Amino acid sequence: MPSASTFLYAFLIGGLLCVLAQLVVDVIKLTPASTMVLFVSLGAIASGIGLYEPLTKFAGAGATVPLPGFGHVLVQGISEGMSKKGFMGLFAGGLEAAAMALTVAIIIGYLTSVLFNPKG
Amino acid sequence: MVKASQQELEKYKKLQKKYTPPRPWFRNAIQAFLIGGAISMAGEAVRQFFIFGMGMSPKTAGPPTSSVMIFLGALLTGIGIYDQIGRVGGMGAALPITGFSNSIVSPAMEFKREGWVMGVGARMFTVAGPVIVYGLLTAFAVGFVQFALTGGKG
Repeated sequence: MPSASTFLYAFLIGGLLCVLAQLVVDVIKLTPASTMVLFVSLGAIASGIGLYEPLTKFAGAGATVPLPGFGHVLVQGISEGMSKKGFMGLFAGGLEAAAMALTVAIIIGYLTSVLFNPKG
Repeated sequence: MVKASQQELEKYKKLQKKYTPPRPWFRNAIQAFLIGGAISMAGEAVRQFFIFGMGMSPKTAGPPTSSVMIFLGALLTGIGIYDQIGRVGGMGAALPITGFSNSIVSPAMEFKREGWVMGVGARMFTVAGPVIVYGLLTAFAVGFVQFALTGGKG
């Protein structure tokens, strides 16, 4: 059964990651785009040293919806690819794991920008 | 054109500092927390739907959850709501995958007049491109280290 605590942890962890990103923008003064890039990479590194998987278990979408979760998906895909295909998996695994999200982003993104015009 | 002396420059810098409003970092942080938390919690509702409603495992529920969030982010961007959320939430709106989706749709819509190839096709990846490039580079490096340490046994 869905539990209320998972929703709470999703809110807290998701919110906290966003606060860290906001502080990087306001205090270190990186641009939002650079901060997004930085956090994807940090997610990949955190995943590599085994920190991110426990976080997804604990906070669910609070860890997978923010962009570090994308880095985690890539790293997980690569290590899964390597255990199945060896060296070739190192190259194939990342995008294989991200394939659905990226394809949806490209198709939906394209259609939306064709159908809608900027407001204001 | 007259060049400003060093003294004048210093003076100008001081004035500039005095009149530039300080970034309200604390308020921004609170807003990022609330918006980012709310989006994550919405994502959790979608994820729980796939797990408990559709009987998926937490792992297989990942990609469809991301896809639904990407769809919602794109739709809200298209109807002009996501930019308003972004103005309040800052990184709280940009960091979730809905913000990734927004970063694709927003410039693509904006630059439609530059054509379907160099306008929409290229501008879609203004931010998403770097995110994918550096994400994949870092993930590859991490994977390479794992390969070197374990011989690829994962």
